[in-house]
Amino acid sequence: MFVYADNAATTKIDPEVVQAMMPAFGELYGNPSTIYSKGREAKEAVEKAREQVAKAINCRPSEIYFTSCGTESDNWAIRGIATRYAAKKGKHIITTNIEHHAVFECLKALEKEGFEVTYLPVDEEGFVTPEQVKAALRPDTVLITIMTANNEIGSIQPIEEIAAVAKSHGVLIHTDAVQAVGHIPVDVQKMGVDLLSLSGHKFHAPKGVGALYVRRGVLPDNLMNGGGQERNRRPGTENIAGIIGLGAAIEKATANLEQDMKHVAFLRDRLIDGILKTIPKCKINTPSHDRLPGTVNVSVKHIEGESMLLLLDMNGICATSGSACASGDLDPSHVLLAIGLPHEIAHGSVRFSFCADNTVEEIDYILDVFPKIAQRLREMSPLWDEANQDEN
Amino acid sequence: MIYSAKVMDHFMNPRNVGELADANGIGEVGNPKCGDIMKIYLKIDHDIITDVKFKTFGCGAAVATSSMATELIKGKSVKEALQMTNKAVIEALDGLPPVKIHCSVLAEEAVQAAISDYLVKKGENPADYGIKAPHCGGSCSCCDHCGE
Repeated sequence: MFVYADNAATTKIDPEVVQAMMPAFGELYGNPSTIYSKGREAKEAVEKAREQVAKAINCRPSEIYFTSCGTESDNWAIRGIATRYAAKKGKHIITTNIEHHAVFECLKALEKEGFEVTYLPVDEEGFVTPEQVKAALRPDTVLITIMTANNEIGSIQPIEEIAAVAKSHGVLIHTDAVQAVGHIPVDVQKMGVDLLSLSGHKFHAPKGVGALYVRRGVLPDNLMNGGGQERNRRPGTENIAGIIGLGAAIEKATANLEQDMKHVAFLRDRLIDGILKTIPKCKINTPSHDRLPGTVNVSVKHIEGESMLLLLDMNGICATSGSACASGDLDPSHVLLAIGLPHEIAHGSVRFSFCADNTVEEIDYILDVFPKIAQRLREMSPLWDEANQDEN
Repeated sequence: MIYSAKVMDHFMNPRNVGELADANGIGEVGNPKCGDIMKIYLKIDHDIITDVKFKTFGCGAAVATSSMATELIKGKSVKEALQMTNKAVIEALDGLPPVKIHCSVLAEEAVQAAISDYLVKKGENPADYGIKAPHCGGSCSCCDHCGE
């Protein structure tokens, strides 16, 4: 059996999305910036997608800007606001210690350029509070950037409450919603954010296309210099195929959202329950509440994540790990360390992430295979012997 | 990151996994904080390694290098086993990804630590055999195990 359980990394392109994109690989080749009909056709396709995205997250189409990916959206939002408003507001930024690298590395670069960043620590389930944000605010705070949902453990932050704090202090707020859009309801009006990043390939659109929501009146500096595309904000000839795909995928994801969330959460709960019943000495790193429907992050104590992934792969199961060895980094996942896991338990983590295409049969297959893998590696592990000796 | 077919074979079908009840040389190197620990058990008879087993906590490369290292020293004399370098382990496995080189260093050190234990028990000085105190290979930033 083949089980794709890494939907937080990327998703399979929906065949209907592919179908919607096909004209862009054929006759729909005009440049949207031109005035003849060939160009206008392409322009219309881009504007239709803009409306689809705007409708999905409840904003005006004119507040949606297409980008190349979530990373670009994050960089544009953070750097663009920081540089634009530094002179007026100051050079202090508030974030959390579990953000995606796209946010972290952008902030690290800004620190080198004289910005100061406060990294709010999350609790052991991966949450920050509006009170923490309020306490970190300074007169020179120019931006708050806090992710909507975490990519590794699935914790969903109280963005609405945090945005209310930001608003009452006149500070702009950006959220990286790359893991949230298409998976949970995302409504920028309700959330009250000023900027929001999203990425198409996380909800069955192709790779290479994302978007940034920018509230009307908010003016981040441009990242790139060039032509007048995207109302002079984001130069570069439009990725027509990708943009059409993004629009089609977000429309489909939001249309079926409620039903899909129920199904995916059922799969998540079945897997968590099954793991706890069949594998002793596990730790579920996914929080118990306010979490994504499809994310299961678990540490199997006394064994290491990459070796689990290799054996899962041998059995046709695609998953990922926060182990240093799995990523090629020297340290395990910063998110798992941030929720207080010791290094050795972070090294033993595996993340499964599901979408509406996953089935109960697939979960049961994982539950058949995974405990055997854990047992096999534990029999090979000197730490497992020691742990059992300590108990005896 | 891609492993060679040999690495995958030694990970999927590791040779010499387990413990030796009558081992007269046991060495353990690594650190759970860094994500890998290797423990090697040697049965040495008249300076010949007659049996060897290992237990490893770690990634695919850690298991494969442990497995290959035990194969390389089985039946060898103590002096020959001490000649086994991490490079020999890498070559025997048809290469390792650069980030996994430290696993091969760990395997070399696990062998040296086990032989060192044997020599100490015999009343000999491991330093006379050129054995240095084991460390993690110096490639981890995650711990201060090396004290460097």
